[in-house]
Amino acid sequence: MSLFSRFMDGWRKYRKPGYYDEFDYHWTMTIDLDKCTGCEACVTACQAENNIPIVGEEEIAKGREMQWIRVERYWEGEYPNAKLSFIPMMCQHCDAAPCETVCPVGATYHNQDGLNTQIYNRCIGTRACAVYCPYEVRYFNYYDHEWDSPLEQQLNPEVTVRGKGVMEKCTFCIQRIREAKDVAKDDDRRRVQDGDVQPACVQSCPSKALVFGDRKDTESQVYQSMNDPRNYRVLDELNTDSSVFYLKKVDA
Amino acid sequence: MHRPMTTETFKLGYNDIHDDVIRSIVKTGPKYYIALATAGGTTLLCFFFPWFYQLYYGIGAAGMNHPGVWGTYLASFIFWIGLSHSGTLLSCVLHLTNSSWRKAMYRSAEAMTLFSLVVAATYVMVHVGRPWFIHWAVPYPNQMELWPNFRSPLMFDVMAIATYITGSTIFIYMGSIPDFAAVRDRTSGWRNTMYTLLSLGWRGTDKEWHRLHWAYTFLAVLIIPLAVSVHSIVSWDFAMSIVPSLHQTIFAPYFVVGAIYSGTAGIVTVMFVLRKSMGFEQYITKLHFDNLGKLLLVLSLIWTYINGVELFTAWYSGTSEEYEALNYKLFGYYSWLYWEMIIFCAVLPMLMFSTRFRTSFVPMLILSIAINIGMYTERFLIIATSLSRQYLPDAWGTYVPSPVEISIMLGSFALFTTLFLVFVKIFPSVSMYEVKETMATPKMEPAAPAAGSPA
Repeated sequence: MSLFSRFMDGWRKYRKPGYYDEFDYHWTMTIDLDKCTGCEACVTACQAENNIPIVGEEEIAKGREMQWIRVERYWEGEYPNAKLSFIPMMCQHCDAAPCETVCPVGATYHNQDGLNTQIYNRCIGTRACAVYCPYEVRYFNYYDHEWDSPLEQQLNPEVTVRGKGVMEKCTFCIQRIREAKDVAKDDDRRRVQDGDVQPACVQSCPSKALVFGDRKDTESQVYQSMNDPRNYRVLDELNTDSSVFYLKKVDA
Repeated sequence: MHRPMTTETFKLGYNDIHDDVIRSIVKTGPKYYIALATAGGTTLLCFFFPWFYQLYYGIGAAGMNHPGVWGTYLASFIFWIGLSHSGTLLSCVLHLTNSSWRKAMYRSAEAMTLFSLVVAATYVMVHVGRPWFIHWAVPYPNQMELWPNFRSPLMFDVMAIATYITGSTIFIYMGSIPDFAAVRDRTSGWRNTMYTLLSLGWRGTDKEWHRLHWAYTFLAVLIIPLAVSVHSIVSWDFAMSIVPSLHQTIFAPYFVVGAIYSGTAGIVTVMFVLRKSMGFEQYITKLHFDNLGKLLLVLSLIWTYINGVELFTAWYSGTSEEYEALNYKLFGYYSWLYWEMIIFCAVLPMLMFSTRFRTSFVPMLILSIAINIGMYTERFLIIATSLSRQYLPDAWGTYVPSPVEISIMLGSFALFTTLFLVFVKIFPSVSMYEVKETMATPKMEPAAPAAGSPA
């Protein structure tokens, strides 16, 4: 096949409507804010699973905290009638992600599972993705981080430890998704079934507020959940087409 | 713009120009060495030393944090790119419009372009987290079969700046060839060897002059759109994001005007220094300051207008995030910097309505420095205020530069000065042949002048 026809094939494929939505899987998460208690178990689980560095007091005071998932708190009203609401926020795995277009080296891209992935090896640290991300969920390694003994013993061998000058963010625990896909393949199953894979945050949620699964599987729990009438997406007006759906808290 | 040179220049003969300019290259006093040693030492101490510290420990040595992931490094980058703008661009425009007053000053203005670009390119390395992989942003065939992301405005930036550096290097070099030849004919030793190589065997025949002129005009036409595109592309780094107060279509013209504005102010500063330090009082005159002052005034008015438009569109959008960004810019943590910028870049330049002000050297020097301080502030504010107030209030924060950043910022001026000091000893910093073009042809003496200097 000539170079030209290869190019034209690629171009036609690229121009086909729906090219970007044709994923093998379409991993999606829903967060039921009615069930969320704001306990931050997800934050801790994520920290342990993904080798997220513990930056220390000083760095946090400088505003360099690292949590791939964080629980945002918002206060409304004055003291006697104050009302607190919170919302867990992590990478929304946007299908039209602003961060993906801006990376000059393509270190962040959309994979065949509809995940927004970050390639640490390729990252040169321009931090443009963090600027372009409207959800502010990208975290930068300002230093080479160290784990005080014995914490280095609990590092997850499935996950890269990131060095200085590299951007990182929530991956929907891609290492678990990979493993589930491998197991599914070895079992002669064609696809990963609902419930085969859970990210650390979903697994650790005591009130089952977080649901994770494949949107393409219409039987899946996440598909039912994302079609709940209370569903909305954060900053949907920016047309990022994110993969995390929130179920609105209904005040009694 | 057609206006004869002031009478002072006409008193000079061709040989005086040769003598004056070549003296500035060949005769080096202790003052020069002191200046060079100071600038070089400061560069090492304030620029390279903190940078190596940062490379070793990580970019955390700078003050950047979670919402403010971009900081003064990027602001300085835009500042230097902006400063680079007027040199070559102004030189090209004035060349094409046949403005004779350009001729005495354009060489050093173009050098300013070149060295600003070098400093800006260095800033890219300082800015990124892993500069040892910076070549990945350049499209080159490689074993990994990986290409840069052609959709990325940052990648456009790399290409645009590389093109601009190449273009302006060729432009300044080509315009200097006849002068290199003139210096070659009047020097000896290693200098003669160097200028023989640099002058590419220039003999000053009619054919050579014709080709030089043609190629020079061609490059001038080529560089003008290039210069405009470079800063438009720099602005897209910001405008293509969806950050409130950055996502604006006005950004490309805003940045281009801002760049020419600060660049022209930079030229005024450099002109003043060159005039005093190199003894070029007869070449760089009140006329130049007057004309540059008029240009600065126009640019200042355009810049002020665009700033107004920026505020207006933010208000007119009616969205809460734009309101917040606008409110934060005008009255928030960095507001004192905003008002400083307005005073330095919009209010003070109004003084240039007065001819007396434009033709006084020291006030123009002070104003030009004030404008560049204001323009640096502008670049800092574009980044700092916008990133501090984005969509999710939980992620709001402030960013304050660290001592390492401030040191590198000051050090970059020393780096620029060092490069410039080296330049004035290699390049004839006033274009000799073009200054001669503005003078009346002298009557031929019976005894022929020095052979081999037809230029």
